[in-house]
Amino acid sequence: MEAQTIVQPEKKKSNQDVIIIKHLNKSFGSNKVLVDFNINLEKDENLVVMGKSGSGKSVLIKCIIGLLEPDSGTIEIFGRNIPDLDRNELDEIRAKVGFLFQGNALYDSMTVRQNLEFPLRRHWMNVNQPEVNKLVQEALDDVGLKHTINMMPAELSGGMRKRIALARTLILKPEIILYDEPTTGLDPGTAKEIIELIVAIQKKYRSSSLIISHDMNCVRLAADRVVMLIDGRCYAEGTYDSLKKSGDPKIKDLIE
Amino acid sequence: MALPVKTTDFLQETGGISVFTGRFFKEAFKPRYEISEFLRQCFVIGYRSLPLIGLTGFIMGLVLTMQLRPSLIEYGVESQLPAMVGIAIVREIGPVITALIFAGKIGSSIGAELGSMKVTEQIDAMEVSGTNPFKYLVVTRVAASTLMLPILVMISDAISLFGSYIGVNINGITSFPLFYTQVFNNLGFSDVLPAFVKSFFFGFAVGIISCYKGFYSNKGTEGVGQSANSSVVISSITIFVIDLIAVQITNVLNLN
Ligand SMILES: Nc1ncnc2c1ncn2[C@@H]1O[C@H](COP(=O)(O)OP(=O)(O)OP(=O)(O)O)[C@@H](O)[C@H]1O
Ligand SMILES: [Mg+2]
Repeated sequence: MEAQTIVQPEKKKSNQDVIIIKHLNKSFGSNKVLVDFNINLEKDENLVVMGKSGSGKSVLIKCIIGLLEPDSGTIEIFGRNIPDLDRNELDEIRAKVGFLFQGNALYDSMTVRQNLEFPLRRHWMNVNQPEVNKLVQEALDDVGLKHTINMMPAELSGGMRKRIALARTLILKPEIILYDEPTTGLDPGTAKEIIELIVAIQKKYRSSSLIISHDMNCVRLAADRVVMLIDGRCYAEGTYDSLKKSGDPKIKDLIE
Repeated sequence: MALPVKTTDFLQETGGISVFTGRFFKEAFKPRYEISEFLRQCFVIGYRSLPLIGLTGFIMGLVLTMQLRPSLIEYGVESQLPAMVGIAIVREIGPVITALIFAGKIGSSIGAELGSMKVTEQIDAMEVSGTNPFKYLVVTRVAASTLMLPILVMISDAISLFGSYIGVNINGITSFPLFYTQVFNNLGFSDVLPAFVKSFFFGFAVGIISCYKGFYSNKGTEGVGQSANSSVVISSITIFVIDLIAVQITNVLNLN
């Protein structure tokens, strides 16, 4: 089946792509997860990738950050091809790209403060303590959880954990943020708060975001553009409104 | 079941641990060195197992002495009691029992800790935070357990001998200087050195096996328990195998 573009997205204010993925293939054994997958993320945009559970969304985002190695294809971030980079070069890129894990991945054995300090100290080796304190406070302020600074992740609720994970992602002021299902497992109210937080953060830091989600609220409120990942391909792409009008059953299936 | 039952499993496991060990040596000597995490692990692994190892060491020395006494009286060599116990503890019982307890306490905790970090993607989170998780988690823990176990064995030996002194004094009076002289006149360099050297190997085995089991833990929370369990089982068996090899080597080298 050929990938089809339902509606060409209207041209963006800036026409600079920060992520360009071309002909990406990834399979696990005989399970072909991504097949000749192509997308790009433009500067300052919120791109939402939709897809059914198990369609390979997490695999895609892990390939982008270099946690999984694709079988073939190129993933360019700031003009550099991720699969070709060694660890040091990857770390340089990763300092500018935030990643919010689907399951938060907070360090259980560390306090909230230590969780937030970890990426700071690891990526910016020469940062001093007052600077670290200031950034930690600022990040916690952004997500509205200043009072949890000395708590352990186990003492937090699911929504709070998501916010702390978000704070940890934001603390390096990344130029690109990758969100893996930021609202799954949360009640609709909390989910909406997280989405609003994501939009606010995007405005504040002028970062580009790639958001994986099948939450319609998230798509409606946050997406400048939507890509549908179906059968391992970029099946359709366009704005929420344009995709909503589509008669294709597979698209309707995803967008309700 | 934690024990690899089938031969293929056994071979796969052995192969996996060998490759993992190779990677340890490759990564351990390349910068960046995780000194502060290494020191923290020395504290956690060494200091925190001290009470348990001290207690078991004391009881071991005491009980061994009390058990040996009747036989020695029967042969009329009761005066040799301190010498016999000293040799038994320093050459064999001290290192092996300490290592087994170490495997039970530290092996299971490393297996469970790394296992749960793996399952909840904390290891991936470290990776994207500019950290080589193998260096940060595995190299530090293996190095710490390799260095800490010999020290724990020495401490345990000393406490065991003290327990033995008390055991000797339960049925009769021996002054401490006399006991001390009797023990150390019969202990040679060739008794102490092989025991000391083999405890490094015991510590290395416990560290590398439990890190391996944790680092490649299966998905799901069930995998965490399995990692902890098989860390202890495989480490314990390996300790006996190393002990067997060590005694052969000391025999060949004529160190007796
Ligand atoms: N490490 C792995 N080894 C083998 N197969 C994998 C691995 N990771 C993912 N897969 C397979 O890839 C496919 C896509 O998985 P992925 O986690 O990307 O789904 P997803 O779209 O993120 O789903 P969800 O919405 O449930 O998170 C699944 O069939 C999964 O079994
Ligand atoms: Mg996923």
